Amino acid sequence: MAAPDFLVHDTVDTVGVVVVENAAKGKKLSGWVMENDKTIHITSVNAVPLGHKVALKPIKKGDTIIKYGHDIGHAVADIPKGGHVHVHNVKTKRW
Amino acid sequence: MATKVAKKTAKVGTPKGPKVPVRVEDAPVVIPAPRYLKTKSRGKPTFQGYRRENGRVGVRNHVIILPLDDLSNSACEAVAHNVKGTMALPHPYGRLQFGEDLDLHFRTLIGTGANANVAAVVVIGIEPGWTQRIVDGIAEAGKPVAGFAIEQNGDHKVISAASRQAREFVHWATELQRQECSVKDLWVSVKCGESDTTSGLASNPTVGNFIDKMDVWGATTCFGETSEITGAEMVCATRGKTKAAGKKFMKTWQAYMDEVIEPYKTSDLSDSQPTKGNIEGGLTTIEEKAFGNLEKIGKKTQYVDVLGPAEAPRRGPGLYFMDTSSAAAECVTLQAAAGFVVHLFPTGQGNVIGNPIEPVIKLTANPRTVRTMSEHVDLDVSGILRREMNFDQAGDALIDMCIRTCNGRYTAAEALGHREFVLTKLYRSA
Repeated sequence: MAAPDFLVHDTVDTVGVVVVENAAKGKKLSGWVMENDKTIHITSVNAVPLGHKVALKPIKKGDTIIKYGHDIGHAVADIPKGGHVHVHNVKTKRW
Repeated sequence: MATKVAKKTAKVGTPKGPKVPVRVEDAPVVIPAPRYLKTKSRGKPTFQGYRRENGRVGVRNHVIILPLDDLSNSACEAVAHNVKGTMALPHPYGRLQFGEDLDLHFRTLIGTGANANVAAVVVIGIEPGWTQRIVDGIAEAGKPVAGFAIEQNGDHKVISAASRQAREFVHWATELQRQECSVKDLWVSVKCGESDTTSGLASNPTVGNFIDKMDVWGATTCFGETSEITGAEMVCATRGKTKAAGKKFMKTWQAYMDEVIEPYKTSDLSDSQPTKGNIEGGLTTIEEKAFGNLEKIGKKTQYVDVLGPAEAPRRGPGLYFMDTSSAAAECVTLQAAAGFVVHLFPTGQGNVIGNPIEPVIKLTANPRTVRTMSEHVDLDVSGILRREMNFDQAGDALIDMCIRTCNGRYTAAEALGHREFVLTKLYRSA
């Protein structure tokens, strides 16, 4: 099995985590969904640094972000499929 | 005669030993062929442990020289120097403490001495009263223990008497034998540190896989880190086996927020959780960090009870939550004092912590940490990031490393002499 570009914990997650250093803009990325051992593909819209998240589907402003199968915050801007998901477009609902 | 021998030596053919390198930095590290007991590849393993007087099982056989207080560290270290096979556990506290803080001090020291990894204990204190309390507490476990007080004797006399006692304990302890034990007798604690995205992605879920498997086999396990669960506290509350356990968790977490965070905070936690380093590494919210942490308790295992700091589990086998600091050495010291005998420590950036009596197994999924800090890493699970192994395989590899450690393999932290013994202090002394 080829080494994946990003990992997804749970089948319901809306984000994956990039594990390579060269996830440049416009690159076709392969992802490993660890829960069901499936392979998925998306094309990156932005460069996504190693360890950072990529959107697996279009996310609207206000939508909940799901990782580990859980609510980790909400989008404060629209994020396209393949977009970089980080502190500029996601905030905790706590504060 | 001498020339004859020399001639014979000269005749010997090809050299047998490895070449002594001219430049040591080029020297290869020789790893001898493994000789350890193979762990059963699937199914419930057993391990070779020390069964103690109270029925509990240890995986180490320490004779410890335990100071009641800061003033007694010097005498304890002198005894440990005099008598090989003993270990002093110096620490900075034990004077003018009161109330709950004093109770925790006694509970931690007594629990450390009573831990099944300890065969026998010499206690040294500045005065006989509190020294006696520690001795009596440890004696309840049924193991050999003796106490000495420095006042009216002085260091020299105490060191001499305690050394004679310690030497007898070492003779006795070194004749104890390991015997085959079930994982039902194994108490394992977990806590992560210097976490990064690889922790939540791979090394923490590897520990979670271990917990899910060990729980079915009847092991007793423990997680803690009250502060680091902030963000996932509601989900953690639902992981209680009973409603009462979940409620007790929420009460503990809320007390931490009210008594520790509220009085001392200068703003909300948004600037410090996640940390700047966490954010740089890809973490976005406090929830994301907390759920990554919570991966350590597996997918399905439920905790049976919530423990105070250094409190021993009393509800039989299963997973327990302990109210601890998230500082590595404080947390592991409390877990060891509660009776846990082996610790799993997933790290991202490379925490180097050890504990004097509880072996700390390090695992990491960060390939850079494996490369740059290999002397601290017991198990490399970075293959998960490359899809070379899945959680099931990584969990099995961790079970194997845990059993080998229980059988006697020194962890990296033990080999490097990491003995961080850090008492938790609840408030300042009188």
